[in-house]
Amino acid sequence: MKPVEISVAYMPLVDAAPLIIAQEMGFVQAEGIALNLVAAPSWSSVRDMLAFGRVDAAHLLSPVPIATAMGLGGVTTQLSAVSVLSVNGNVIGVGNTLDAKLRDTGYAFDFSDPVSASEALAAVSDGPLTFGVPFPFSLHVALLRYWAAGTALGRDGIRIRTVPPPLMASALAAGDVDAFCVGEPWGSVAVENGAGALILPGQAIWSFSPEKVMSVRTEWAETEPDLLGRLMRAVWRAGRWLANPDVRATASDLLSRKSYLDVSAELIDRALSGHLTISARGELKQVPGFLEFHASAATFPWRSQAKWIANQLFEEQGGRRLTNEEIAKVFRTDLHRHHLASIGCDLPGASAKVEGAILSPTQVASSAGTIKLHADRFFDGQIFDPETD
Amino acid sequence: MFGQFICSWLRVILSALALKRPSRQSKRVRDELRIVVVEQDHDRAIAIVDALKDASECDVLVIANADSLARQVAGFQPDIVLIDIDNPTRDMMEEMTLASGPLERPVAMFVSSEAGGLAHAAIEAGVSAYVVDGLSPTRVKSVLDTAIARFSVVRQMREELAETRRALEERKVIDRAKGMLMKAKGIDEEAAYKLLRKTAMDQGRRVADVAEALVTAAGLLG
Repeated sequence: MKPVEISVAYMPLVDAAPLIIAQEMGFVQAEGIALNLVAAPSWSSVRDMLAFGRVDAAHLLSPVPIATAMGLGGVTTQLSAVSVLSVNGNVIGVGNTLDAKLRDTGYAFDFSDPVSASEALAAVSDGPLTFGVPFPFSLHVALLRYWAAGTALGRDGIRIRTVPPPLMASALAAGDVDAFCVGEPWGSVAVENGAGALILPGQAIWSFSPEKVMSVRTEWAETEPDLLGRLMRAVWRAGRWLANPDVRATASDLLSRKSYLDVSAELIDRALSGHLTISARGELKQVPGFLEFHASAATFPWRSQAKWIANQLFEEQGGRRLTNEEIAKVFRTDLHRHHLASIGCDLPGASAKVEGAILSPTQVASSAGTIKLHADRFFDGQIFDPETD
Repeated sequence: MFGQFICSWLRVILSALALKRPSRQSKRVRDELRIVVVEQDHDRAIAIVDALKDASECDVLVIANADSLARQVAGFQPDIVLIDIDNPTRDMMEEMTLASGPLERPVAMFVSSEAGGLAHAAIEAGVSAYVVDGLSPTRVKSVLDTAIARFSVVRQMREELAETRRALEERKVIDRAKGMLMKAKGIDEEAAYKLLRKTAMDQGRRVADVAEALVTAAGLLG
């Protein structure tokens, strides 16, 4: 019998890997479904394709379904984030002008300390710096704002402009932006093309942030629970497969295909391995946990993560404040538990946590006993309590 | 597994954005709609502009270059912006719809309930739309109808072109695979083709996919 086909929109990025792998490595087949993966040219188009029913699921920036619930961005269709697809994976970089200025001051390019990076940037800039990001509702924006507000860059403030990553190099060259925050492969592409240098991984600001989510229309989740379950299980298994370092070469090769990312497997491997080349000078940095698909209950859509993002969106864009009950209808821990419990996915006992409170790997209660959670610290040591903040 | 992604790349959707004018402007009586078309392809842009001008009184600015898009749009003060969705700069337009965006004027998306029917039809046809207070729904509708029709034609042409290209590519790969089989197995062309076809049938795959797998594998083996 022909398997049921589910159309899924995605942006051709390394963190779309769980969807691509679910399709290519037979995980969807095992669930009796097939994916029609629809590559999109922009995030607004991914969102609209999902909201208006052209596709039934999508690879989305985690703030998008939250922003939609807050009445931001025009679309009013209710969206549910049923799983986190990827944790971390963004990089902050500077254009060649800033790179040269930073080097003149003897900046170490340590690729780890957000405080000294901000001081170095503030010292070489007169007035606010402009950062290019892929989309207004993104962790790129939230992380940049949070970082700037708590460091030297906060004195002048920063400007943020949406620049599609393929156009970032020309925006840097034209002086429209001074720096950027993007997901892979675009950071590595910028380095490779000599457009700039990388100064921080996003996780230096928040060490465990839910970057992309798998999102569906809430109405679809209700009418097609069986298909949703199959899709979620296949994608979760793909994430677990990706967590094995031995499969990296295969994964990079598959993702590099023309029909997917269409960039060299070597560039993709940098993100999958966390072994980044941060400048045209060939400086190498190893970043543990640079892009997580599975470890530390990576796929679990913590309501506390959503609440932190909602607060950032509210400060930046306004919109409607969401109650904790409304948050729970966007980051669907309930559906995550319901559809993944049966396949041995170890699920945390709680649905929210105090973000920023785990400073080193810690065992917490889970469905199988205990599960080890990675650090989720904010660079400034703040903690975020979803009940009170 | 390859072919199914191609068509999705070609979908032409356009976004129509109508920008809220500041109050001093809305007092001004103005019959001509000011429309921006963001389109890199010169010929396509001309075709769209012609269609829009035939349908209604309007002043149209074509922006071909994504650099300083915000400045160009702000400078023209359009009522509506049309953008091909294959153009990644659509996310830059999206930013302009936000209060914190580079334009001083807020912009709304055209999906409000009273206009829901048209918005949905637009999406079905590959269009998403943004509209303002103060701009009459009938005028918006007439622009959107024209744009939808025009972009549908463009989409169809693109899909046909891509289909032709794909067929040509596949032909080439099948020919190469046939050549390899003829050489490796000492068989004639017809036998090689039959072998490809049988393998495809046995595996439930397309001949072109089997040929591509063979060519790729041969490349790996040197």
